[in-house]
Amino acid sequence: MADSDYDVAVVGGGLVGVATAWGLARAGCRVAVLDEGDRAVRASRGNFALVWVQSKGLGLAPYAGWTLRSSNAWLGFAQTLKEETGLDVCFQRPGGFHLALSERELEARANTLKRLHNQPGIVDYKTEILDHGQVAKMLPDIGPEVVGGSYCPFDGHVNSLRLFRTLHTAINARGVTYLPSHRVETIERQGGVFRLTTEKGPVSAAKVALAAGNANMRLAPMVGLLAPMKPERGQIVVTERLRPFLHYPVTTVRQTDEGTVMIGDSKEESTDPSGLTLGVSATEAERAVRQFPLLANVNVVRTWSAIRVMTQDGFPIYDESETHPGAFTVCCHSGVTLAANHALTIAPMIARGALDKSLVAPFSARRFHVQEAG
Amino acid sequence: MFKRLAEAGAPVAITVDGKAISARTGDTVAAVLLLAGIDHCRTTPVTGAPRAPYCLMGVCFDCLVTVDGVGSRQGCLVPVRDGMTVETQLGKREAGR
Repeated sequence: MADSDYDVAVVGGGLVGVATAWGLARAGCRVAVLDEGDRAVRASRGNFALVWVQSKGLGLAPYAGWTLRSSNAWLGFAQTLKEETGLDVCFQRPGGFHLALSERELEARANTLKRLHNQPGIVDYKTEILDHGQVAKMLPDIGPEVVGGSYCPFDGHVNSLRLFRTLHTAINARGVTYLPSHRVETIERQGGVFRLTTEKGPVSAAKVALAAGNANMRLAPMVGLLAPMKPERGQIVVTERLRPFLHYPVTTVRQTDEGTVMIGDSKEESTDPSGLTLGVSATEAERAVRQFPLLANVNVVRTWSAIRVMTQDGFPIYDESETHPGAFTVCCHSGVTLAANHALTIAPMIARGALDKSLVAPFSARRFHVQEAG
Repeated sequence: MFKRLAEAGAPVAITVDGKAISARTGDTVAAVLLLAGIDHCRTTPVTGAPRAPYCLMGVCFDCLVTVDGVGSRQGCLVPVRDGMTVETQLGKREAGR
């Protein structure tokens, strides 16, 4: 094999990229992370920070098992990061709730979970539908309009900004070369080596892992891969820091380790991260107050919008190129939840040079080819 | 530590943490706290470090207090009013209070 600067070039310095890079470095690879600059549309700084299991996998049963695998690996992942960096990412797994504000919402939730669990080969999430009284035993501050909800003991959350910082600290400590302002323009494979051109000059590597979020759509075809994406915008409302009152994360409301309450989960078909739809924030805040009336007099200190990384069907894409051996895609919506899998399972596969089909075959982008999907 | 200027306005009755404190028309809440010798008006939510009014011009957000039940008001930007209740804030705020 011809000489190259690195064993693996990871394209993308967000949570998916740095989790993968850390795993590759642990496997002994010489790794470079090629990132955009400060103006990058950075989903890793805008997300809601759930490590979430319940409701994942409707339409693709293996995604449920893949999610649970990462959820189960998360505590060890967080502990290892702490040993390496001294930083605590504040992972907690008390279980989590989805709350319903009407009988119709609760019935819709129950139906979704029933359809999810009726799929062949599904793992058991142990998710239960609870009524108002059962929810109130664990969430005593719910309002009278909360008719019930679903609870899954595997759900949790993390301080995702600290996770992002911790992973960057960890890859730096392991000798990974971080290259900011290296937006990748083209990728070519010549003589068994990938040559990536960037605004700051060329980089070469024996392998390339595409972890560039929605930009994978542009990059994947350069190495014979496919990453159909459907970016969407979400908005989050953030309150001042409050004494702990919410001891379980809820799909739309969670209290961070430092006391802040985050309110979110909106979806808009927009790719503009600089705007904010006030009506969406208002609806999010109004629903949060109906769920937890004590939030009514709390000060909001920030709102923001961010662009979700989203594949066209919402499920992850892990692929290796047949035409460009050594090129991989690592692409998903849930970069926080699946960080443990990317670090501990996907990265070692890339280091070995082959994806383990028994684990990730269902997540090939071949599913988007109607004729080829078998 | 601080002395009131001669041209101070008419007396206004306010309370700080339930205690009557002498104030004058035109004072800000932060000025009244300083004059009363209250050496910190809050402690920070995460580390619990004490904080007192500092910049007195709306920039530093260190003088946050609860005014008439509304939390995290900037004391330096709120003029006193007769009957006003001011509460210092210790650590994280209690939601629903």
